[in-house]
Formats: sequence, structure tokens, C-alpha cells
Amino acid sequence: MMGSASLDASVPFDEATTVRWTGSILLDGVEWFLDHVFGAGMDVLADLLGMPMLGYPYMQRAYLAAVCIAIIGPLVGTFLVHREMAMIGDTLAHTAFAGVAVGLFLNSALSLTVSPLLTAFVVAVVTALLVELLVEHAGAYSDTSLAIVLTGGFAVGSILITATDGGIAVGIDAYLFGSLATVSTENVAILVLMSFLVGSLVTLAYRPLLYVTFDATAAHAARLNVNLYKRLMVVLTALVVVSAMQIMGVILVAAMLVVPVAAAAQVARSFKQSILLAILAAGFAAIAGVTLSYVYGIAAGGSIVVAAIAVYAVALGFQGLSHRLPTVRRLRSQWPGETRDELEADGGERE
Amino acid sequence: MTTATAKSERSVDPIVSVDDVTFGYGDLPVLESVSIEVEPGSFLGLVGPNGSGKSTLLGLMLGLRRPDDGTVTLFGEPADEFAAGERIGYVAQDATKAARDMPITVREVVEMGRYPRRLVGRFSSKDRRAIEEAMERVGITDLASRRVGRLSGGQRQRVFIARALASEADLLALDEPTVGVDAESREEFYSLLADLNATGLTVILIEHDIGVVTTYATDIACLNRQLYFDGDPSAFVETDALEQAYGTDQHVLHHDH
Repeated sequence: MMGSASLDASVPFDEATTVRWTGSILLDGVEWFLDHVFGAGMDVLADLLGMPMLGYPYMQRAYLAAVCIAIIGPLVGTFLVHREMAMIGDTLAHTAFAGVAVGLFLNSALSLTVSPLLTAFVVAVVTALLVELLVEHAGAYSDTSLAIVLTGGFAVGSILITATDGGIAVGIDAYLFGSLATVSTENVAILVLMSFLVGSLVTLAYRPLLYVTFDATAAHAARLNVNLYKRLMVVLTALVVVSAMQIMGVILVAAMLVVPVAAAAQVARSFKQSILLAILAAGFAAIAGVTLSYVYGIAAGGSIVVAAIAVYAVALGFQGLSHRLPTVRRLRSQWPGETRDELEADGGERE
Repeated sequence: MTTATAKSERSVDPIVSVDDVTFGYGDLPVLESVSIEVEPGSFLGLVGPNGSGKSTLLGLMLGLRRPDDGTVTLFGEPADEFAAGERIGYVAQDATKAARDMPITVREVVEMGRYPRRLVGRFSSKDRRAIEEAMERVGITDLASRRVGRLSGGQRQRVFIARALASEADLLALDEPTVGVDAESREEFYSLLADLNATGLTVILIEHDIGVVTTYATDIACLNRQLYFDGDPSAFVETDALEQAYGTDQHVLHHDH
């Protein structure tokens, strides 16, 4: 019953067997999905489009993983960006790097076989909660403290990497810059699991998360547990960043939480629409980026981010153009009798 | 709740009761033995110089902060343990800052008024009716699908009032709501507040413009760390409480409306 591709993580707890068991079921499920549903569909697509790359199993894994990242990144990122916390994703990614290093260090020093991804999850979630608790006391996010945590995490990571016997420094590039070649079925399984987890948590907590993002003081007055939802938000960020890290790379992963969201904010009218548009923008960037990465043999993370920034530029241009019409209208309607209210209300709307 | 106003003034329980409250941030004292009551259906204007503790007092009244000393009750319960969030509508001083950049529609903001009653799950027809009626009441129905950040300052403040109305709040608290709103819209905004107050909604308003407060409020509290005055506006203009609270170098403009 244990999946053919066994989990390389052996969890040193009592629940180890349970974790292994659920893990292997999930793994089998994802493998089945990759082989028979997603893979089969992609094979058909490969024939139709005459693009044999779509038929390669490792490219199919990469596409599925990239699409998962394109869903959960903006889903959480939209709340972060509009709380002016865009930097927290980057900060947690860099501390997750320290988590990877901790895992590698423990494995080499104590000859354990802990998955570095597991230690990355633990370190990122713990850091997220610590940062949030500090903020609850200080009252506001400060660039300085985030910069200290970010560089501090990375510094600890680099020390642990160099303190560990040779060898492992080779694999570290894959964590720093991301890689498609190293995306295993387990990675895809983790991403699929995280997509369901993050997706359902955000759906359940959508209203309080929105209220806290928009107007935390009023949410507090309305007796919402503001601190709980702020903590949920940073923990979700940690989960997203760590699960996406292996493809996007530590240095670039935060872009998926920020760039598509910034693009969507230019054109969206409602908050729900902005989440949807951000996911569409990220999905386009992810598919384009993975394809370009394969065709030209370039870094996947970098290609995805550049594609996302291109979408942002288009959104910015679109918004700039649509501003021109109302500007003309505003100039023409500057007659006495027009109230300022009406003029201001018209400004920027594309009706 | 509209029945409360009909009763004679002193026989009903106050909505907010602040009893001998002292509060400070660390060593910095902000409020010293302040006692004040807010009667149902009243319109209390809180005035005082910058840094006089008005916003802090409002936060204490709503149970957002806990007093160092003394007690605050809200609807008869200790304010910080009061749980029925839907009874309170709050328009914060910085509420409009986030509203400017975020892609969010008028309707989405007004819907927040129903969140304390329905944090998850579909809105009932009662919820939806409350949302529509609230937008209707403040005259923003035709703006429902507009992005809040692209409205004028006056319209945006109406959206926040509608949010409080949608929650069917009994108490509306506003912290300098018309900063950056043009004079004409301000007049409209305050007459809307007075209308709502006339239908039984209790209002607490922090306002730097004394003229507005003396025109629309039914009670005035003048604050600067201590309470310098608490009573009706006509009595307030007779006293020198304002001069005392603001000290000798007062820069306050005295508008006559």
C-alpha cells in the first residue's frame, strides 16, 4: 500500500506512520491524476498543438505545479498587498531558506532523514507568527524590522549551509533560483494539498479577512477577532511561499503574491473580481513562463516573474489609456452647475 | 430601539457609561478621571485640542481599549467584554486611507455591516434587504457597483454610514469623519447624521470644527486629558470651558452657524 515512490521524509514523531500513510494515499492520488487525467489531457493537447513537450511527464508535473502556484499565490497575496504587507512574503521566503538549511544541517550532523521542506514549513510558520506577535505589540509593520528578519533568516541559512559538510551546497541552487527539473511527484502532491488547504481556509474566512484588510479598526469594533485573522493571513503566506519555493526559488517566490495582484488592482472594480483577475494573470504568467523556460532552456522562476511583470505593464497601459476618456469628459463637463461630487466620482471610472 | 427615545430622559439606562476612567500609554497620561454618560438617542459631540485624548476616549467607550482605572459599560455590559458587534457602527479616522487604493465596490463595503451577523454562509433575504435599504437611506444606491476609491470624499463617508446602517447598529461612532471633505458635502453629511439621530440612532462624533458640533449635537463634551465640560450646546457656548481646555494659545476657529 505504500506508494512506489516512497516519501523521502521520515517524520520523527509517533504520527510518523499516519503521516506516511496519508502522504502515500495523496501521492498515489496525484500520481493517478497526473497519469490518467491531467497527463492524458495534456497528451491530447500535445498532439493537437504539435508541441511534444506537453506530453513529457516532467513538463506535465511542472505545468500542474505552476498552475497551483498561480492559484494560491494571488489568493493570499491579494489580502497582503492591500494590507500593505507585500514585503512579508519575501521575508518569509528568506526565512524558509533558513528552514531548508536547518533540515540539511540536522540531516548531516545527526544523520537524520528529515525532509528539508518540512523544516522549511516549520521555520516559516513560526517566523510568521513571531513577526505577527511583534507587530501586535508594536502596532505597525515596519520596513526595518522586516528587513532585519529577512536578511537574518538568509544569513542563518548561509551559515548553516557552509557549516554542513560539502555536497549539499550543490543542491542549494535549486532552492535559491527554483527549478523545473527537480519537481517530483511529491512536490506536486504537496502543492495540490496546499491548494486545497489554502483555498478552503480563504473561502471559509473570506469575510473576516476582507474586513480586517479593508478596515481593521472597524472590524475590531464589530467584534471580529482581528488578531486571529491577521495571524491566519501570515500563516497562509508561509504555507504558500514554502510550497511554491522549489519551483519559483526563494528569491523570486514572493513575486507571485504581489505582481499579479498589482496588475489586477489596476483594472478590477470589486475585490472578488481582483482576486479572480490576479489568478488569471498569474496563471497566464505561469504557463507562459514554464513554456519559455523549456523552449529556451532558461530559469523557470525568472521566466514566470518576467511574464507576470509583462502582464502588469499591459494592465498599467490599459488603465492609462482608459483614463484618457474620462479626462476628456471631465474637461468638457467643466460647466457651472456641475457639482464637484459628480466630477470626482467620474474620475477614473471607465463607463 | 426607537422606543427608547420616547421615555423620559433619566429613567433609561445609558448606552455608554464611563465612570472615573484613567488611561495612559506607558507613562504618558492621556485621560484622568473622566466620567461621562451617553443617553439613548443623543448626539454627543466630543471636542478638544489635538492629542487631548478624544480618540482614546472613544476607543474606551467602544471597548477597543481597557481602562487603567475606572469602568466603562456599553449597553449595560463591561465594554471590553461586550460581544454584539452588530450594534456598533464605527467610522475610523483613517478609514478612507485604505479605501482609496483597494479595488472594492460600494456594495462590498456596505455588506461588511452584515458580517458580524453572518461571518460565513450565504446572505439571507433579510441581510440583502438591510444592505439595499442602507444604501437607499444615504442615497448611494446608484453608486453600488462603483469602486469606493473613485468616489468623492463626501460620497465615501456615506458608504461608511451605510455600512453601520446595514448592520442595524444602535450606536454610531465617528472619529473626525469629514477630514478632506469639501464644505458643501460636509453640510449634507452632518444633516444626514442629524436626520439619522432624529430617528433614534445614538451618535458619538469627534469633530475639530466646534461650529458643527454646536449646530448638530444634543450634548457636548469638551476634553483635554480631563473633562472640561459635559452638557448641552447652548450652555457650552456660555462657558469658558473651551478656552480652558485649549489653554491660552488657542487657534480654534469659532464658526457661527
